[in-house]
Amino acid sequence: MSKKIGDVILDVKNISLSFGGVKALSDISFNVREHEIRAIIGPNGAGKSSMLNCINGVYTPQQGSITFRGRTFDHMDSHEVATMGIARTFQNLALFKGMSVLDNIMTGRNLRMKSNIFLQALRIGPAEREEEMHRARVERIIDFLEIQAYRKTPVGQLPYGLQKRVDLGRALALEPQMLLLDEPMAGMNVEEKQDMCRFVLDVNDEFGTTVVLIEHDMGVVMDISDRVVVLDYGKKIGDGAPDEVRNNEEVISAYLGTSH
Amino acid sequence: MLYRENGQFKSSYRQDQQIFPILQDRIGIWLLLAFAFVGVPLLANEYLFRAILVPFLILALAALGVNILVGYCGQISLGSGAFMAVGAYAAYNCMVRVEGMPLVLALLLGGVFSTLVGMFFGIPSLRVKGLYLAVATLAAQFFCDWAFLRVKWFTNDSASGSVSVSDLVAFGLPINSPVAKYWFCLSFLVVFALLAKNLVRSAIGREWMAIRDMDVAAAVIGIRPVYAKLSAFAVSSFIIGVAGGLWGFVYLGSWEPAAFSVDRSFQLLFMVILGGMGAISGSFFGAAFIVMLPIAINIFLPMLGGLLGIGISTAALTHAEFIIFGALIVWFLIVEPHGLARLWSVGKQKLRIWPFPH
Amino acid sequence: MGFFLETLFGGLMAGMLYSLVALGFVLIYKASGVFNFAQGAMVLFAALAMARFAEWIPLWTGLNSFVLNVLLAFAAAALVMFAVAWVIERLVLSKLVNQEGTTLLMATLGVAYFLDGVGQSIFGNDIYKIDIGMPKDPVLLLESVFPGGIMISKEDLIAAVIAAVLVAMLTLFFQKTATGRALRAVADDHQAAQSIGIPLDRIWVIVWCVAGVVALVAGIIWGSKLGVQFTLSTVAMRALPVVILGGLTSVPGAIIGGLIIGVGEKLSEVFLGPYVGGGIEIWFAYVLALVFLLFRPQGLFGEKIIDRV
Repeated sequence: MSKKIGDVILDVKNISLSFGGVKALSDISFNVREHEIRAIIGPNGAGKSSMLNCINGVYTPQQGSITFRGRTFDHMDSHEVATMGIARTFQNLALFKGMSVLDNIMTGRNLRMKSNIFLQALRIGPAEREEEMHRARVERIIDFLEIQAYRKTPVGQLPYGLQKRVDLGRALALEPQMLLLDEPMAGMNVEEKQDMCRFVLDVNDEFGTTVVLIEHDMGVVMDISDRVVVLDYGKKIGDGAPDEVRNNEEVISAYLGTSH
Repeated sequence: MLYRENGQFKSSYRQDQQIFPILQDRIGIWLLLAFAFVGVPLLANEYLFRAILVPFLILALAALGVNILVGYCGQISLGSGAFMAVGAYAAYNCMVRVEGMPLVLALLLGGVFSTLVGMFFGIPSLRVKGLYLAVATLAAQFFCDWAFLRVKWFTNDSASGSVSVSDLVAFGLPINSPVAKYWFCLSFLVVFALLAKNLVRSAIGREWMAIRDMDVAAAVIGIRPVYAKLSAFAVSSFIIGVAGGLWGFVYLGSWEPAAFSVDRSFQLLFMVILGGMGAISGSFFGAAFIVMLPIAINIFLPMLGGLLGIGISTAALTHAEFIIFGALIVWFLIVEPHGLARLWSVGKQKLRIWPFPH
Repeated sequence: MGFFLETLFGGLMAGMLYSLVALGFVLIYKASGVFNFAQGAMVLFAALAMARFAEWIPLWTGLNSFVLNVLLAFAAAALVMFAVAWVIERLVLSKLVNQEGTTLLMATLGVAYFLDGVGQSIFGNDIYKIDIGMPKDPVLLLESVFPGGIMISKEDLIAAVIAAVLVAMLTLFFQKTATGRALRAVADDHQAAQSIGIPLDRIWVIVWCVAGVVALVAGIIWGSKLGVQFTLSTVAMRALPVVILGGLTSVPGAIIGGLIIGVGEKLSEVFLGPYVGGGIEIWFAYVLALVFLLFRPQGLFGEKIIDRV
C-alpha cells in the first residue's frame, strides 16, 4: 500500500540567516508535503541544523518567511511552534539529565496537561486522573521505542543510543504533526540505525507524521526518504527525489570535491 | 536489608505513582509520623522543644521552600530571609489591624503577601541567571531589611522597632506550652511537605526541573519559562513566608528585622546545599544538620579542649562554627554535591546489597 | 552648591573604596570565570593580618622604625594572602574545575565563612587600627570659589592615587604581559587554554595571589579609614552591585561602577533620605544593580552574555 503524500504543509521561502559576519543560510527555499519524509543533507557546516533551528524558533532569520499550514511567520516562537504541532530532536541531545526516562518523556505531555497548580498540589480527582491518562500515553511510546526496562533510570546514566531514543520519545509525546529530527542516527552502529529507521518509518506510517530529517548516512537517506534537499555553504544545491539528487553533478562535487 | 523491596508488583499506574510504592516504606512513614506526634512529646523535655525541635521544624519548612526554588527549579536565591520577613510582618499586621483574625489565616495571608513580593523580585530570573540572579535576590533582601526597619507602618509605629505577639490561639486551643508549639509547627510542616511532594511529582514539578536542566530545550517542547520560573518563585515564597510567620510568632514571640537578615538567607541556602538540592527529604536533613551543628560544637569542642587541656572561649566557639560551616559546604560540594539526601539513598542501596560490595 | 560638591567628593571617595574591592572580583572572574563571593572576607582577612602584624612585628623583632614596621607588616600580610590563595586553589578550585558556575559560587560562599572564622581565630575579633602614616587632616579646596572652601580629606586623596596606580598596573599587566594574555585565555575557555599548554592551576594561583594583594591594599585603605572590624566583610558585599554595573569582565568598569555607586549612595542618602526615613544606603546599590540587570545585564562595559544552544 503506497503512502498518500498530501499537500504542502511547510513552505520555507528565501530564508537568510547570518551571525555577525558569517552567513549561515543564503536565500533557502523549499517545501515539505504532508506525510512525506523529507531529508536535508549536505556536508558539515552547510547550515542544516541552523535551518531546523529557524523552523523551530531557536534562531531568528534576518530575511524570509516560513509558512506552516497556511499561517505565515517571519520568525517563529519556540513555544508557539510546539503548540502548532512541530516537535524536534537535537543533535547534541538536549535531555533533562536530572530526570528519569519516564519523566523526560512526560515533559513532552506538559502542553496537554490542563489541571492547575492547586489541584496538582492536592493530587485529587482531575489531577490524578490526568496524570494517569498521560502516563498511559507515555507508556505506549515507551513500548514503541522498546525502552521499558529503563523507564525509571536517570537519563544521564544511559548509553548514547538509548538517550537518542528518549529524545525521540519526548518529541513523539507531543503527538506532533511534523517531526524535525536532527541527525537521529549519529554515533550509532548498524543495528541501532536499523532500529531507529524502523521507528521513524513506523511513526510516519502509523500516525502519518511528516518527518524532516537531517542525516549523513546516505544509505538511510536514499532508502527511507521521499524527497531530499541538499545544502552546501548555506545555499541550496539540490532538491528532488533521492535518485535525482544522487545523480546531480553539483551534489556529487560538493561531497567529493572536484579537481580543477 | 531489613526487608525485601521487590516482589510488590503494581497493577495500575496510580499504584506505581504513589509517593511510597513499597508497603514497608508506607508503614515506616506512618510509624515515623506516630513517633513525631505522640512519641516525641512523651520523651522530650522543654529544652529540647524550645531549642531544637521547634526551630528545626520551622527552618525545615523554610528550607523546603528554598529547595523548590533553588533545588528543583535551579534559580539561585539569596533573598529567602526577606521573604520570611514579609511573611512575618504581613501576618503581624493582619493580626493587629483586623479584629478577630484567626491565627492560621493570618499566617497563610502572610504567605500570600510573601508570594506577591517573591514573584515581583523573581522577574529578573526571566532575564538573567546564576550570579546575576543572586544579586537581584540580594536586592530584595536589603530592600526588605530597610523597609521593615524604617517604614513605621509595618511595625505598627512601634517605638522600639520590634514587634511582638502573645497568647496565640488556634482553633480555640491555646498555643503556649512547648508541646503545643511543637504540634502546631509539626502540623504545618507535614501538610506543606505533602503538598510540596505532590507538586514536584506532577507536571509543574517536571516543568521546574526541565527549566533547571536545560531551559532552551524546555521552551522547544512547549514549556513556558515565564510561567515555570514565576510559579517556582510563587510557591517557594509562599512556603517561606508561612515559615517566617511561624518563626516570628511561635519561636521568637517578638522580633526585629535582624531576625531575617542576609545571614538567615545564607543559612537556608546552606541547609539546602548540605541537605540535598532537588529532594524533599533534603530540606529535613539540611535543617536538622544545621540546627544541630552549633549545639554539637558547643558540647564537643569544650570536651575536646578539656581533654587537651585547652580552654575554649565562647568567641572561639563562634569562630569554630564559621570554620566548620565553611569547610563543610566546600567539602560537600566537592564530594557529594547532591547532599545528605544522596548519601542517604546511597547508604540504603549499600544496605540492600549487603554483604556484597556491589 | 558647596555642600553638594562636598557630598559629591565624599561619594567619589567612598565609591573608590568599593572599586578597590570590586577590582578583586573582576580579576578573578576575568581569569577563571569564578565569581568570588569570598572577596569581602579576603579583604577583612588581609586587613586583620596587616593590623596585627603591625602590632606584633615590633614585639618580635624589637624594631623601632615606623616605616620599616609598616613595610614588614605589609610583606608578611602579603605572604599570608599568597598562602591563602594557594590553599584555596589547591583544596577548592582544582577540585571543582568542571562544575557549573552556581556550584563554584556556593563554594566561594563556604570559603568566605571559613576565612571569617579562621581570620578571627588567628588574629582576634576586636576592633583594630591600621596606621600607615596617612595624614588625617583635611584639605580645603577651591577656597576662592566657595566661602570656607570644600573640605576633602587628604587621606582620601592619597587613597585615590594609590587606587589609580593599582588599576594602571593591573591594566598593563593584563594587556601587555604574556601572563596577562594567558589569564585572559583561561577566562575565555578553560579547556582550550589547557590544550595549548597553559598550566591552569598555576595560573589560578597567580590570579588569586594578585587578587589577594588587591584585597590587602583595599583592606589597608578601608582599615586605615574606618578601623578593622568584622563588619568590614559585610560592607564589602556592597561591592557586588559595583561589578554588575561596571561589567564583570571590565577593570575600568569596576572603577567607574564603584564611583557611580559611591556618589549615588551619598547623594540619595543626603537628598532623598529625609523623605523616606533615611537608611537608603542599605539598598541603593543593590536596587540600582537590579535595574541594570533588567535592562543591561552585562553592565556598562562588560561583554554581552550569549546563551549558546
